[in-house]
Amino acid sequence: MNKLSIVIVDTPLKRFYSHVIPRIALHFVKEDVMNIHSTRSRKWLALGIVVAAALPLAACGGSGDNGGGGGGSSDGGTDPEAFTVMTANENTVIGPTLDALAADQCKAENEALPIEHQKIAQADTVQRITLLASQDALPTHTIAGTALIRPTGDLGAAGLVGDLKAALEEKDAWDNVLPAAASTVEQVYGGFVSLPYQYNIEGIFYNKQIFEELGLEEPQTWDELAEVSQELQDAGYTAMAQAGAAGFPLTRLLGMYIFRNVGPEAMQAVADGDAKLTDPEYVAGAEAIAEYAEKGYFGEGFSTRDPDATSNLFLTGKAGMAYDGTWLLSAINDPERNQIGGENVGFMPFPAVDGGKGSIDQYPANAGAPMIIAAGQFGPKVKDWVACIAENYGQQALQDTGSISGFAVNGEVSDISENTLEIQERISGIDETVLWFEALMDPKSNSLASTNGTLLTTGQMSPEDYMAALQDSIDANR
Amino acid sequence: MNSIFGDRKTIFILLGPALLLYTLLKMVPVLWSFGLSFFEGNTLRGFDFVGIENFTTFFTDKAALQSLGVSVFFAIVATIGQVALGYGLALLYVFVLRKGSSLVRTIVFFPAILPTVAVALLFKSFVAVGDNQGPVNDIINFFGGESVEVLASTAGTMATAIVMTLWSSMGFYAVLLYAGLLDIPEEIIESARLDGANGLRLVKNIILPLSLPILLSSIIFSLNSTLKVFDSLLALNNGQPGTSTAPLTLYMYRTAFEYAEYGYGSTIALVLTILCLVFTLAIFRSQRQKAEV
Repeated sequence: MNKLSIVIVDTPLKRFYSHVIPRIALHFVKEDVMNIHSTRSRKWLALGIVVAAALPLAACGGSGDNGGGGGGSSDGGTDPEAFTVMTANENTVIGPTLDALAADQCKAENEALPIEHQKIAQADTVQRITLLASQDALPTHTIAGTALIRPTGDLGAAGLVGDLKAALEEKDAWDNVLPAAASTVEQVYGGFVSLPYQYNIEGIFYNKQIFEELGLEEPQTWDELAEVSQELQDAGYTAMAQAGAAGFPLTRLLGMYIFRNVGPEAMQAVADGDAKLTDPEYVAGAEAIAEYAEKGYFGEGFSTRDPDATSNLFLTGKAGMAYDGTWLLSAINDPERNQIGGENVGFMPFPAVDGGKGSIDQYPANAGAPMIIAAGQFGPKVKDWVACIAENYGQQALQDTGSISGFAVNGEVSDISENTLEIQERISGIDETVLWFEALMDPKSNSLASTNGTLLTTGQMSPEDYMAALQDSIDANR
Repeated sequence: MNSIFGDRKTIFILLGPALLLYTLLKMVPVLWSFGLSFFEGNTLRGFDFVGIENFTTFFTDKAALQSLGVSVFFAIVATIGQVALGYGLALLYVFVLRKGSSLVRTIVFFPAILPTVAVALLFKSFVAVGDNQGPVNDIINFFGGESVEVLASTAGTMATAIVMTLWSSMGFYAVLLYAGLLDIPEEIIESARLDGANGLRLVKNIILPLSLPILLSSIIFSLNSTLKVFDSLLALNNGQPGTSTAPLTLYMYRTAFEYAEYGYGSTIALVLTILCLVFTLAIFRSQRQKAEV
């Protein structure tokens, strides 16, 4: 307080205080100068700070006593008042499709337990779900964070995630889940705790017309991919349209190189601590992507290009290839966005790496953002809803939006685009899938992998440093 | 009236409820956050007392120290820039444009009312490269140069962020300092002129010392707002490339809300608060020493 009193007697500052600070504030400052403080009031202040600092202790003490274990829980749930479904703003398929089911195939379930919708920005998921779960206010059926719902995650460990497999088996509806989708969900989340509203595989979409013009064949190996990319670049096209701004489209390629080089268990071995990202065969992946980027195959400005602009680059015929997930089908099936025509869009798997242990037939797969049932609300009526969704969602989503889910398609579907059919056929022929590069990483390492992706591909970080930083993060958060 | 306001009990009754509400709204969250910085966990997992571990982690956490560096660098450069430009503009308004300055004042002030995120997106498109190339690269191409990926580098992103901040805030500081300059008595300036002080000498010996209080307050406002920069750097390049332009606020946000580590997030918030306090006290102290000399 003495400091303030000295400031006050400086002539220019006194002028400032007398003009800018309201009189009431000046009054308090003057009181300070007059040394009205007593030892007693300081003691009270100190006590107040200590009490306030201790407040979180008392307030937060009760949240760690949720029992339960990993892999989901389906016992003891009580039906809520409504079937509340919270989906991401970015997802425009789940909500309307569930509404369509509620009006038709799941009418009885909807009458017993009416559906209600809530929306959330996908980026806010972890924050909102953590808060809602701690207040025992989770929606019945909700989007959640990948790491949150694993057996070791905050929701999984607290027993708040419903076991969907047990519920579907109880209702004789388990057969409606495609085995490949079930396997992917179990692999990522450590149990069947999320409904597979999407089932995406990833690969390289390419422009058939451009390939034909330049006499190019589908590359089977990484080296051939580099040759094809060079030809495309020489012809004035962006060889591979990737959205560097999002980070993950770059690390997807890095991860796929590693899966092809090391084998399908490559990232599981890292997660288990049996291998390190700094091992030479893993660093080779980072080197390959860095070299690919250095040659300019991603095109000008790729590091700040967002996903929409990237899709447009491919769909307007300016790029020869684009590595993406089959969620791109909605844009491919949209004649307004797809200016090259569906007949000119081809799809091929990520190529093999010479001498690698992985196979070109192992597609990366995912089941969209996790959609869980809150264990505490998993009553009989909710189970009826889940069984009805499993039985009918596949057909409804395919018919209405052309999107492929992880549910069996029970019933006829008409007017499906050739591109969707081709992907569907390809999915049905897949024997083994792999996850994506960051799938088994903790949230912090996941974020680091993406954000450092642009540094790696713009030559600002060496492949060794990139992998070492990521491995350090994985070790620190293990 | 005097007798009413002279009565301590009356003052307490009149001010008490509002003061209590203010204290609850302002101080409790601050102290709560302070308390949380000694814990690890989140509202769902529960909290474990970890003592000063979060603080020791902070000073060995490379990402945190990098973000600290970004915040301090940005705050110092942006503050020097916006206060210097604002002061220059204020001098222009008062001594050159005089009464005709209102139109220029309005135009220069205008960017201050625009949402920061919109400004960031505008500048992002200015320096864009590729299919939707922005005017900056168009100009470079016009003069025969090759397009530059400005936002792919740390230096480019930081330079864009600083230019953007100066563009959008110099008008505000110009108006603030203009108000301070108007407060200088005309007679003092006139008598200095009669004594032969003109141009730079007048500014250095008369205007600057007399406008020091408002200049000081501008520096403090500026430092405190730029140390807490968040939305503009997030919208411009999301703290990229890598995390090399991620300020402490962005790291705090990610830690608390994306990684669900509320305790460590609170620690970062506390460090930021201390940083603001240190900068503010440093300015006050330097001014005090100057006055004592």
